[in-house]
Amino acid sequence: MALPVKDVTISESAPSELLLQKHISYISAYGTKKDDYEYCMTEYLRLSGIYWGLTVMDLMHSLELMDRQEVLQFVRECQHECGGVGASIGHDPHLLYTLSAVQVVTLYDAVDTLDVDAVVKYIVGLQTDEGGFMGDKWGEVDTRFSFCAITCLALLGRLDAVNVDKAVEFVLSCMNFDGGFGCRPCSESHSGQIYCCVGMLAIVGRLHHIDADQLGWWLCERQLPSGGLNGRPEKLPDVCYSWWVLSSLSIIGRLHWIDKEKLVRFILATQDEETGGFADRPGDMVDPFHTLFGIAGLSLLGNTAVKPVNPVFCMPEETIRRLGLKPQML
Amino acid sequence: MADSDSDDGCSDDWVFYRDKQEWADVVPIPQDDGPFPVVQIAYSDKFRDVYDYFRAILQADEHSERALDLTTDAAQLNAANYTVWQFRRVLLKELKKDLRDELSYITGMIWSHPKNYQVWHHRRVIVEWLGDADKELQFTADILQSDAKNYHAWQHRQWAIRHFGLWEREIEYVNQLIGEDLRNNSAWNQRYFVITNTTGYTENVLSTEVSYTKDLISRAPNNESGWNYLRGILQERDLSTYPGIVAFCTKLYEGNIRSPFLLGFMIDYHEDMLEHGCEDDEDVLNSALDLCDSLAKDLDTIRKEYWNYVARSLTDKYRKKDVS
Ligand SMILES: [Zn+2]
Repeated sequence: MALPVKDVTISESAPSELLLQKHISYISAYGTKKDDYEYCMTEYLRLSGIYWGLTVMDLMHSLELMDRQEVLQFVRECQHECGGVGASIGHDPHLLYTLSAVQVVTLYDAVDTLDVDAVVKYIVGLQTDEGGFMGDKWGEVDTRFSFCAITCLALLGRLDAVNVDKAVEFVLSCMNFDGGFGCRPCSESHSGQIYCCVGMLAIVGRLHHIDADQLGWWLCERQLPSGGLNGRPEKLPDVCYSWWVLSSLSIIGRLHWIDKEKLVRFILATQDEETGGFADRPGDMVDPFHTLFGIAGLSLLGNTAVKPVNPVFCMPEETIRRLGLKPQML
Repeated sequence: MADSDSDDGCSDDWVFYRDKQEWADVVPIPQDDGPFPVVQIAYSDKFRDVYDYFRAILQADEHSERALDLTTDAAQLNAANYTVWQFRRVLLKELKKDLRDELSYITGMIWSHPKNYQVWHHRRVIVEWLGDADKELQFTADILQSDAKNYHAWQHRQWAIRHFGLWEREIEYVNQLIGEDLRNNSAWNQRYFVITNTTGYTENVLSTEVSYTKDLISRAPNNESGWNYLRGILQERDLSTYPGIVAFCTKLYEGNIRSPFLLGFMIDYHEDMLEHGCEDDEDVLNSALDLCDSLAKDLDTIRKEYWNYVARSLTDKYRKKDVS
């Protein structure tokens, strides 16, 4: 008897073509809908929302539809004197939103919007003696924050400001017996954390510490019969996890280990034909977060209707090239 | 989007802050929406009212009982707002509140929002301030009972165990969870966490762990977590000579088990044989290649590129160059 697998089925009628125009209208209209209660509920992550929206619009060749002046003004107002950036005006600074801010000003080639020296100082102050990074002054350490810190500094060309060896040491201390990574030493392996750790090691050129075959096998085990990828064993497939697994595989040079055609089919099936946008799974509600990862995933899988995406920074390849950044790829 | 009032737990006799006498001295501050502004009507009236007043007390940095109550309402309406929680912690300290009460309050909040990062973080800070993790093992066990893979609960549990040295009975708990569901990957991970931090994988422990895992794998041979654990603890060993491993796999295989995890493991010990040198290495290589072939063509076609890669690497490494 076949063992039951936690998975979804894709119906015949699910979309199978990329509805690019729909997605462009969905993102450009996001937040202007009168009944959008969800929008105000997400104020606490507004700046990340802006990064998702702008990046996906740029990948869809439509960045010019967004209001550059207004965005940059907002980002400026979210930066605190300590250098860190909050999710919205008046919100406490946090590394997550500091990264979003840096990504946004980088997309717009307007780094001067931020007080860069202050950002660098803020990040330096969040590194612990063990080499990890706290998300904010309240002190939670997580490999996600290692990624945020190193990515920010790389985008700003200031990697020399922190102790990179220590940072690498901490990330490696979170490597598990299955070849994956968790958020702290001995935390269960998780695709999102793996992406952060692999991405961070790629930026600083230390991928040789990874057992790429073992990790690659764990990652490609995430693909389910529906074609979608999950974040951990026995979990449902999800477009955002598909991106994290996919980008990690791409960084370690093992993207071809999964069945691309099936994954493309899965991602396309999560589109909403009426409203535009992508959801986590076929038939669910769409949101900008999964829309970015849907489009970015299709880009990595070779769709040429969208711009090539950089798997480490989750930004257009052309932007990363403009900065002269060359993260290591196996 | 669902009506905001459906799950906020407030009853009908809700009074807006703007109508409360005791708040008459505060001038509310409306949200500054930034780009992609939302039309004002989009807000639930209650949500807007609470957050307008929250912004006002935050800006005034008002440390008072009423400010604390306001953070309760604000967190109720949006538990993911981290600024609310940070301000609440400032108030708890400043007003010298009873942290036991706060612990019960956050217990309820976590039950309503078990996947929210902020509520778990708040709990951790409170427990840290209390210096007492009395309730943490039971509490996380309760949460894990309803969602065995809740990452936050596992993080919190590991933190409490490490921070307060609560190792003693953890392996029993892990045994219980794996007994209930052998595919519980989080529990297998916890197993590794406990053993690494207590006895370590000494020769004796390792041998007990190997038999324990083999036993559970025989019950559910297509269990990824069990195989990963077995491979993980034997990482430094030669799989082809470690007592019982080859016999165990052969028996499963002869019993017609064709789990890709079993075959993958068999390929691994074939590789160990080749690496450590054996007399009939051509045969060993060929049977490893046969395993790859049946995985790629039949048993695990979705990952055929992976299995083809394994076959190619084995061939490159071990095919005798002088044999044509
Ligand atoms: Zn998702």
